[in-house]
Amino acid sequence: MKKMRNKKKLFLEIYRNKHIYLFILVPMALFLTFVLYPICRSFFMSFYDWKIIGSSTFVGFKNYINAFNDPILNISWRNTIIYCLATVPGQMIFAMTAAILLNQKIKGRIFFRTLYFLPVVTSWVVVSFIFMYLFNSQAGLINYILKDILHITKQYYAWLSNGKSALFIIALLGIWKGIGWSMVIFLAGLQGIPEELYEAARIDGASQARLFWKITIPLMRSTLVYVLVMLIIGSFQVFISVYIMTDGGPMHQTEVVLTWLYTNAFSYLRFGYGSAIAVLMTVFIFIISIMQIKLLSKPVEY
Amino acid sequence: MLGFRFFKNAILYVILFFGVTIAVIPFLYMFSTSLKDQIYVFEIPPKFIPEAPTIQNYVAAWGASNFKLYFSNSLIVAVSTVILVVLFSSMLAYVFARYRFPGNSILFYSLLITLMIPSIVYLIPEFILIKKLHLLDSLIGLILIYTSSQLPMFTFLLKGFFAEIPRELEDAAKIDGCNMVRIYWQIMLPLARPALATVCIFSFLFSWDEFVVALTMINDVNKRTLPVALMMFQGQYFTKWGLVFAASIIAILPMIAIFIIFQRHFVKGIATSGLKG
Repeated sequence: MKKMRNKKKLFLEIYRNKHIYLFILVPMALFLTFVLYPICRSFFMSFYDWKIIGSSTFVGFKNYINAFNDPILNISWRNTIIYCLATVPGQMIFAMTAAILLNQKIKGRIFFRTLYFLPVVTSWVVVSFIFMYLFNSQAGLINYILKDILHITKQYYAWLSNGKSALFIIALLGIWKGIGWSMVIFLAGLQGIPEELYEAARIDGASQARLFWKITIPLMRSTLVYVLVMLIIGSFQVFISVYIMTDGGPMHQTEVVLTWLYTNAFSYLRFGYGSAIAVLMTVFIFIISIMQIKLLSKPVEY
Repeated sequence: MLGFRFFKNAILYVILFFGVTIAVIPFLYMFSTSLKDQIYVFEIPPKFIPEAPTIQNYVAAWGASNFKLYFSNSLIVAVSTVILVVLFSSMLAYVFARYRFPGNSILFYSLLITLMIPSIVYLIPEFILIKKLHLLDSLIGLILIYTSSQLPMFTFLLKGFFAEIPRELEDAAKIDGCNMVRIYWQIMLPLARPALATVCIFSFLFSWDEFVVALTMINDVNKRTLPVALMMFQGQYFTKWGLVFAASIIAILPMIAIFIIFQRHFVKGIATSGLKG
């Protein structure tokens, strides 16, 4: 009886709010159709041997088992982790340095900030071209500087034809392009620290380094964790630069998770397997995001 | 003391200018190459200032088959997406900021949770869906995907903004008999103008710059947008760097212009809501 009444109440409530549902109908329908539904479907598809034409068969965890035994996927995870370990600290250290320098009372702050930010707004496709040209083996600027000016190398080096050096350049591009973004967030964080704190500590005779480790870092903790998490998530999604500069080659040596996902899905049409990789990636990113929430909910200690 | 101050500032500027060099030289080098004739592109030693600068690459790139078409495709997609995103995300944000109704939290949390999921993850089912809807090779398909995938992020941003607008104006309007749609259109939207500007700028850049979805959904040469067209262009003329860079510069010019004009919004958008550039 009570249940019935509750149900009736719910219907009444829905009826009373019908204009609200009508108002959000179109945007919500778009979101549900083109975002939420594909996300759920992706999970579902990962358990199938999916065919575009003909019937698909349920294969249980086979795609996941294949994923764990796929040597190229293992290389891809390894490369993605290397990319993450290289670019995340790289971006954070340079961005923090730039932010601290720009937080001083100097002329031309906006000028510097604008120029440091330029790589961030430039398309990934275009910056990948620029790096390909800078590092080209015929007459690249970098080869010229290293061989003819600094005499470090003996010959022009084909940076992108070797797995290790290609990965190095991909990471270098990731750092170069990303610094400005973290810098802007750090700068906002630094400006939120009251100047009095520094003054008080200076009167007590604290050194610059001490000010940095004892005031700046603890007070920037939430900003730092936030940037760290965003950069880790971002670095795991590296795709365009690899796709354009090496397309995973030579011999899959620079393959990252998303390029391998893309190749499987759209070159080999292995949609089920591609979906399984996508689900693994989602799970990983969820874990990182939850860790951020856990880390940030701890109270700050001074 | 003054001497020390001066010395400290001098070091500061040296480091800052060194940073500028690193950030900007690749762009200058691209620009300089775009002004070079093909015979100078692989010249040794590489010259920073072209010997015989020419705008011939720009003329060739702009005149190259379909380049104008790609430019206008990108413009159509980006402008349509911006309009739809601004309209729809502000509608959702207004409702989630002001109204409680059955299902309200479940809808909002479903929006929120998708913020954590990278869009390439659901690219495969998206492709199948778009294929079923016969929207492959169609700019409308791109516009629908871009709009939908940008909705969660901007709804979240605007909801925060709407929640901070005091309710008095709306209450007064309600007493005067204004309905929900009029309050949204005549009170909330004008008040949210600065936040809407941020949405416009970022939405435009995201749509102008989008690569992966466009690569997947568009096969028809005439329906390409600039990022994919540039990649194909480079594949076709891969040693003609002067030409490739001239095309690249034309393609990124709108982004750079928007960034320089709307700097303030940019920095605010990133600093307060972590929008990724």
